[in-house]
Amino acid sequence: MSDVDALIGKPWRKPSFVKRPWLRWTLLLGFLAYVIAAYMTIEVNWSRVYEGLERGKKFVLAFTNPDFTTRSTDIYEGMLESIIMTIASSVVGIAISIPIALGAARNIAPLPVYLICRSIIAISRALQEIIVAILLVAIFGFGPLAGFLTLSFATIGFLSKLLAEDIESMDKVQAEAIKASGAKWTQWINYGVQPQVMPRLIGLSIYRLDINFRESAILGLVGAGGIGATLNTAFDRYEYDTAAAILLIIIVIVMALEYLSGLIRAKVQ
Amino acid sequence: MLRLEKLIKTYKTGDQALKSVDLTVPEGQVLALIGPSGAGKSTLIRCINRLVEPTSGKVLLGDVDLTGLSQGHLRRERRRMGMIFQEYALVERLSVMENVLSGRLGYVGFWRSFLRRFPQADVDEAFRLLDRVGLAHMADKRADELSGGQRQRVGICRALIQNPALLLVDEPTASLDPKTSRQIMRLICELCKERGLAAIINIHDVALAQMFVQRVIGLRLGAVEFDGPPEGLTPEVLTTIYGEEDWEATIEAVDEDDIEAAE
Repeated sequence: MSDVDALIGKPWRKPSFVKRPWLRWTLLLGFLAYVIAAYMTIEVNWSRVYEGLERGKKFVLAFTNPDFTTRSTDIYEGMLESIIMTIASSVVGIAISIPIALGAARNIAPLPVYLICRSIIAISRALQEIIVAILLVAIFGFGPLAGFLTLSFATIGFLSKLLAEDIESMDKVQAEAIKASGAKWTQWINYGVQPQVMPRLIGLSIYRLDINFRESAILGLVGAGGIGATLNTAFDRYEYDTAAAILLIIIVIVMALEYLSGLIRAKVQ
Repeated sequence: MLRLEKLIKTYKTGDQALKSVDLTVPEGQVLALIGPSGAGKSTLIRCINRLVEPTSGKVLLGDVDLTGLSQGHLRRERRRMGMIFQEYALVERLSVMENVLSGRLGYVGFWRSFLRRFPQADVDEAFRLLDRVGLAHMADKRADELSGGQRQRVGICRALIQNPALLLVDEPTASLDPKTSRQIMRLICELCKERGLAAIINIHDVALAQMFVQRVIGLRLGAVEFDGPPEGLTPEVLTTIYGEEDWEATIEAVDEDDIEAAE
């Protein structure tokens, strides 16, 4: 009782995350010193910035006057190539991802399979898309084939990992109940696991489709085909109005995909 | 019909969940397994159909020793053991009908089940069972739309459609209200009688167990402490199973229930 009496009437504060005051203050001062030091190392050539502003202005102004017509066939072909690349790589990538995800879920795969699948995922995630694209362009030459393979490869790392994690966090008892009925492994996956992870799989697939489309625009910069190649050419020729037109189309398509994925995800919940 | 011999389960953590359990369940007997949390009730039930691998000992279903079976043979034997779960364990995103038919997975091939083209006899039986538990009109509802009691009834159908010889029932009433709990227990016991099934029912609620079963096994720290008729559960016996507590109220409650049932 007396302990409580001593506490009554005193204000209460949440205990600090770092308990020792000297450590807390050292960390805080160290952080401030770092920010100041980091700021001092930035070298800005202000006259260069002034010149650059002019070019930046031209680029931004181009958006007020995008040119869809002059290079319309190039844009159309590039866009079509990108869309085909996106869809093909998403379909192939997802199809390969599903078995790898099953193998990479510790709760359903035996250890050797788990390690192999996790390695595949790790390799796919460690290699950045641009690097893979440069390698594949070197092997297969310029064009959308390299882009398609790059995106498929990247999809595997992304989708397998996230799907595997969803499988690992599924409700074990539901799957157990299916197993208890004497179901085969394939039936167990189909009845016990698949229904639980389906919304996540669909959501991730649409999200990946969206990413693949955006990536396809970047990959063109290293010669892997698609709308990126057209965009790159436009920049090289200083045709900012055409570039603006391409960027606007990309933005519209990405937003449309975003809206669509929202609709579909709400439907499958 | 079911015989456990020196069944031992030691978990990787070193916890000994079952210490040499011997138990024989004759044909058609419904028995309740009581005991405090952590006594090994769930482990015991799961060791029978090997959702948990026993460390040593034998589980004999008829003449077959389940502990030594290969995966393929184990699947075939699992068909003879229907299981009803705590918290229902329905696959929530499947329909009621799919959940019930999933009890037939051990009998149909992958493609049939994948395409949901079950044999007509299975579909008929599913409807008959759903009708028996009063849920035939819910067949195409998704399982997560049902109430707790309804879900557990679907769980019962799923176990029965396997056409089992034995029911393994794990805390069937754990998340149900008292009235629904009784209805579910009554339903399980009636169905066992109708079909001549043996059943092992894990249950927390001693009074509820006493109302419905012919035999009670008391488990404490992985060993059988009591084996006898429900009337044998005196305060002294409950103390040895659960520890010191005032048991008079629990037992009295049962007497009132009996009177109520008699009226």
